Amino acid sequence: MLHIANLHVSVADQTILDGLDLDVPSGEVHAIMGPNGSGKTTLSNVLSGRDGYHITGTVTFDGVDLLPLTPEDRASAGVFLAFQHPVEIPGVGNMYFLRTAVNSVRAHRGLPELGAGEFLGVAKEHMARLAMDPAFLSRSVNAGFSGGEKKRNEILQMSLLEPRLAILDETDSGLDIDALRVVAQGIERLRSPDRSMLIITHHTQLLDDVRPDRVHVLQGGRIVRSGGPELAHELEAAGYENLPSEVSV
Amino acid sequence: MSNMIDQLVEREYAFGFHSDLDTEVAPKGLSEDVVRLISAKKNEPEWLLEWRLGAFRHFLTLEEPTWPNLQHPPIDYQDMHYWAAPKPKPQLSSLDEVDPEVRATFDKLGISLDEQKRLSGVAVDAIFDSVSVVTTFKETLAEAGVIFCSFSEAVREHPDLVRKYLGSVVGYRDNFFAALNSAVFSDGSFCFIPAGVQCPMELSTYFRINAAQTGQFERTLIVAEEGASVSYLEGCTAPMRDENQLHAAVVELIALDDASIKYSTVQNWYPGDADGKGGIYNFVTKRGRCAGARSKISWTQIETGSAITWKYPSVILQGDDSVGEFYSVAVTTNHQQADTGTKMIHIGRNTRSTILSKGISAGQAQNTYRGLVKILRSATGARNHTRCDSLLIGPTCGAHTFPYVEVKNDTAQVEHEASTSKISEDQLFYCRQRGLSEEDASTMIVNGFCREVFDELPMEYAVEAQALMRVSLEGAVG
Ligand SMILES: Nc1ncnc2c1ncn2[C@@H]1O[C@H](COP(=O)(O)OP(=O)(O)OP(=O)(O)O)[C@@H](O)[C@H]1O
Ligand SMILES: [Mg+2]
Repeated sequence: MLHIANLHVSVADQTILDGLDLDVPSGEVHAIMGPNGSGKTTLSNVLSGRDGYHITGTVTFDGVDLLPLTPEDRASAGVFLAFQHPVEIPGVGNMYFLRTAVNSVRAHRGLPELGAGEFLGVAKEHMARLAMDPAFLSRSVNAGFSGGEKKRNEILQMSLLEPRLAILDETDSGLDIDALRVVAQGIERLRSPDRSMLIITHHTQLLDDVRPDRVHVLQGGRIVRSGGPELAHELEAAGYENLPSEVSV
Repeated sequence: MSNMIDQLVEREYAFGFHSDLDTEVAPKGLSEDVVRLISAKKNEPEWLLEWRLGAFRHFLTLEEPTWPNLQHPPIDYQDMHYWAAPKPKPQLSSLDEVDPEVRATFDKLGISLDEQKRLSGVAVDAIFDSVSVVTTFKETLAEAGVIFCSFSEAVREHPDLVRKYLGSVVGYRDNFFAALNSAVFSDGSFCFIPAGVQCPMELSTYFRINAAQTGQFERTLIVAEEGASVSYLEGCTAPMRDENQLHAAVVELIALDDASIKYSTVQNWYPGDADGKGGIYNFVTKRGRCAGARSKISWTQIETGSAITWKYPSVILQGDDSVGEFYSVAVTTNHQQADTGTKMIHIGRNTRSTILSKGISAGQAQNTYRGLVKILRSATGARNHTRCDSLLIGPTCGAHTFPYVEVKNDTAQVEHEASTSKISEDQLFYCRQRGLSEEDASTMIVNGFCREVFDELPMEYAVEAQALMRVSLEGAVG
């Protein structure tokens, strides 16, 4: 499980996270909601090892201290981040990129490398479930993909990499109705007793489909409210401004 | 990334070994006597000696050019050898006669001179210092009517062809280094593809400098007659030495009506060490003439080696509807300097040219693109598209772009785009989040940056080029 205690994160003297506590047990799906600029993406970055932050506090995953690990070591340990803004890498084939990613994580898990042919079969299977055209494999990573296509590509990577901790940063933003359903199904399929998921979102739609175990509100650099799925609707009705700030964990 | 930039370490140059061979060298220095000696060594006909002497006398009137964006101590042209050849003098008819040490050298370089061992069906002319030691698949090619042999052999066996085309694209008056090369050129490759023939295999020349304090001055001449086509590849390496060594080659390409020549280079001369000591000075004149209508000449170059690269593979678009292309990746790390680009001279009507230049610099390196697009009055409907992309790795390197355009015909369309970028933190983090090491991520991103150029290489070399990028950038990123 993911355990975060008293996490403080700042960038150039600006405090972004200010004593954040959060536990996501194995097998559970938690949602984080919070106003723009409240630090949701920062939290995702800190969990997955992006540098440039001043960090104090505790972050462990299955008892392992994540903070000293490089991003690639965390990835190998099973941490996956679906980016709010997936990055374009011109000239690097999507298929090659995905296979390299899968094989580096497999190597870490002591699994044999997947050859190009073998991987293609696996990738196509996953793509079919996500209603993705196999043509995306031959294009450059995210280059020229529409917003929704980029998000689907993130889900594809997530299902191929089979992470132990998946963080989805606004993967549902900018998706059409069908895509939203595909993403929800993708998440559902990955739900499993030995996997923790953290879904960052601004919308209740995805949460209605996925039914998270807990919903948390991030505001002022910490979790100010936690509750069941109904909290998302309460938020939608009241807004962050009027949210009673009692903490109910 | 800032911390890893400091970690610029001496990159591993895998080809830096030196073979111990009994080598015959001409005395140091440049003189009419040396020119005569080289010509005599090769039993050349009188006309060729006269041509060399003409070049030499012209050379004496010239000064080394100072316009390139390059810095190096003065080159002492009297302090090097102009001829070096492994003994015994190779007049080889079969592979068995190749000096085992020379053969071992090429084996070590991954260039098998054994026809049976070559899977890819690539014919190789192997040049060791000043001489061609062997050319493979000559018979197979001859059946198709293709002549592929060393320059010296061409002079002996096909003197009329050589005489007709030698200097017809790059005359010895062209520039300082062309004049020098014309006076003292030693060997090189000659390819002739007769009318209507598609060359049945890739042709390639592999240049190896071995001897110390020796310059290499080779000459390559490729002629594709009407409707003929050929793809040719050049590769090169040299031992690691503290001194700088000069390589001044001339390459001439001639394409007649409907002919097409694709010339690819993977240049991996020794670049010098991390402090900028040693390395090859690569001053090369390469030019093609699209002499015929609808002919096409395409240059692709991957420049990763040399301490200094001075090189502008060019195309003279003389035939109507002819096409010139230049695709380039130039990598400079540590103290390497490259001033490279192309010239597209549009003479014929509806001639088209494409220039795609990718410059990558790391460390203290300086990378300059210098290009000229010249549209003459006669070139009605000419078009050019140029794109120059630079990628900087670290804060202490430089990228410079000098695109010159001269248009004398109003109907011409000339477009130029340029960009300078860095490997972005976002890209690196994205890759690393997916499990790639920092170094793998950087290499992948750089290879992606070069992709459009690599795509122009023959398949087997594209793979080699990618591997080479990794070695070249080792320590510069990651
Ligand atoms: N590198 C940085 N330098 C300066 N400020 C930063 C940096 N990274 C984040 N911030 C600031 O920290 C705050 C939190 O940003 P973050 O991206 O984490 O918000 P978010 O909750 O993901 O917002 P959104 O809902 O809009 O995606 C913002 O005010 C942002 O401007
Ligand atoms: Mg965000």
